Amino acid sequence: MTLPWSEVGEIAARSLGVAGAATFLAALAGLPLGVWLGARPRKGGMGAQVLLYAGMGLPPVVVGLVFYLLLSRSGPLGGLGLLFTPAAMVLAEAVLAFPMVAGFTLAAVRARADGVRRLVRGLGGGERQVLTTLLWESRRPIVAALAAGFGAAISEVGAATIVGGDIRHHTRVLTTAVVLETRKGELESALALGAVLLGVTLIVTAILVVWGERR
Amino acid sequence: MGRRFVFILIALCGLALAAAPLRLATTTSVNDSGLLEAILPDFTRQTGIEVQVIAVGTGQALAIAGRGDADAVLVHAPDLEARFLREGLGVAHACVAYNNFVIAGPASDPARVDGAASALDAMQRIYAAGAPFISRGDNSGTYHRERALWKAAGLEPDGQPWYLESGSGMGATLSLAAEKRAYTLTDLGTYLFMKDKVELAGLYDRPDPLMLNQYGYMVVSPGRFARVNAEAAYRLRAYLLRPDVQRRIGAYLKDRFARSLFNPLYGQCKVEVKP
Repeated sequence: MTLPWSEVGEIAARSLGVAGAATFLAALAGLPLGVWLGARPRKGGMGAQVLLYAGMGLPPVVVGLVFYLLLSRSGPLGGLGLLFTPAAMVLAEAVLAFPMVAGFTLAAVRARADGVRRLVRGLGGGERQVLTTLLWESRRPIVAALAAGFGAAISEVGAATIVGGDIRHHTRVLTTAVVLETRKGELESALALGAVLLGVTLIVTAILVVWGERR
Repeated sequence: MGRRFVFILIALCGLALAAAPLRLATTTSVNDSGLLEAILPDFTRQTGIEVQVIAVGTGQALAIAGRGDADAVLVHAPDLEARFLREGLGVAHACVAYNNFVIAGPASDPARVDGAASALDAMQRIYAAGAPFISRGDNSGTYHRERALWKAAGLEPDGQPWYLESGSGMGATLSLAAEKRAYTLTDLGTYLFMKDKVELAGLYDRPDPLMLNQYGYMVVSPGRFARVNAEAAYRLRAYLLRPDVQRRIGAYLKDRFARSLFNPLYGQCKVEVKP
C-alpha cells in the first residue's frame, strides 16, 4: 500500500470530525423541530413532513453545488472565505443530515404522541411534561435518527468534493481519498480507506446505540 | 475575561495571516503523478507558504480560478489559457513543462494505430475501424486536445456507437479503456503511472507537434479579485521557473521510467499562449 497509515489516521480523524460536527448541527436544529412537529396534538403539518421525508433523498452533489455558489469568493457569502475549508464541508453535510435527524425524530415522536399525552395529562402533567416524556420515550428511535444523519454525512462524497476540494492535510476525508486512490489506480489503498470508513461508522453507531440503551 | 477573549481573537487572526496559504487549482495529471508533492514541500520550507492543491480537470480548474476561488492555476490547454488571459482573469503566464499525449489502447490493436504515420492518421484509423474509443468528455485539457485532433482529421465521432464518454478523470478513464478494450487519448505522465495497473499499450507515443502537451502557470488576477493571494502566487511562479527547480521537474521519476515525465521549459513556451 502506498498510502502511509499515519496519513490514513489523519484522514479518518478529519472525516470523523467533519461528520460529527455536521451531525451535531443537524441535531441542534433537527431534534427540536422533529419533536415539535411530531408532538403537535392536531394532525396537520403534512407539508413539513413531506419536505423532511423528501429531504432525505436530497442529492449531495446539488447541495454541494449550491454551497459552492454561496461560499465562492464571487458568491454572496464569499467574504467568509469558507470555500474549500472543512467548515464548508460541515455546513453542506449538516444540510444533508438534517432531514434524516428531523424526519426520523418526527416519525418516532408522532407514533407515541397520543398515548404519552393521554397518560401524562391523566397523571396531571402539563404540555412541558408531555414533551420531555415524549423525548425520553423516543430515545431509541432518536438514536437511530442520529445514526442515520451521521451515516449520511460521513459516507457522502459529492458535496465533500465540490465544497472541500480534496486538499491534502486540509479537506481530504475518507470518501474523497477513496475516489483519489481509485483514480490513481491504487486500489489497495482505496480498499483500506474504505474499510476504515466502515469501521469508523460501525464504532460511532455502536457508541450511539449503547448510549441509547442505557437504563 | 473580555480582554483575554480579545487576546485570543487577535492571536487567531495572527495565526490565520501567518498561514495565508496559496491555493493552486491544477489538473489531475500533475497531482496524481506525485510531481507536486515532490517539489512543493521544498517551496513551503523556503517561503513558509503552505500550498493547498485542488486537483481537478483543466476546465474546472480554470472555472474555480475564474471565480476567484484559487490564487494560481497550473493547467494544460494553451487555447483555454489564452482565453483566461484575454478575459483578464489571469496574469503572468509562464510555461513550466511539457510532455506529449499518447494514444493508448488494447495490445491487440484492431485499428492498427501502431503503424500510423501521424496523430491524425491514428485518429482516422480508429474511426475507420469503428474501434471503441473512450473520451473524457469533461472539458479537461486532454479532452480539448482529443476534440481538436478529431476536428483536424475532419472527423465527427459524436453519435458513433463506438464513441464513449467517461466523464471522469484520466486514471479512471484509462481503467475504463482497459476494461472495455478501447482506445483513449492520455497524457504521458498519467499513462506511465498507470501502465503497470491497466492492460493498455502506448500505441502512438511519438514526438508530434499535434501531440505536444504543455503545462502553463498563471496567477489569478489580483486586480479582478481583491482577495487573491497574489504575492504567494508570484513567489511560486518564480520558484517553479528557477533553473534548479526546473531541473528537478525534468529529473522527476526519470530513473523509474527511463524517460522524463515532465520536460522543463524554463518559461519558454513551445506553443505560444497569446492573450
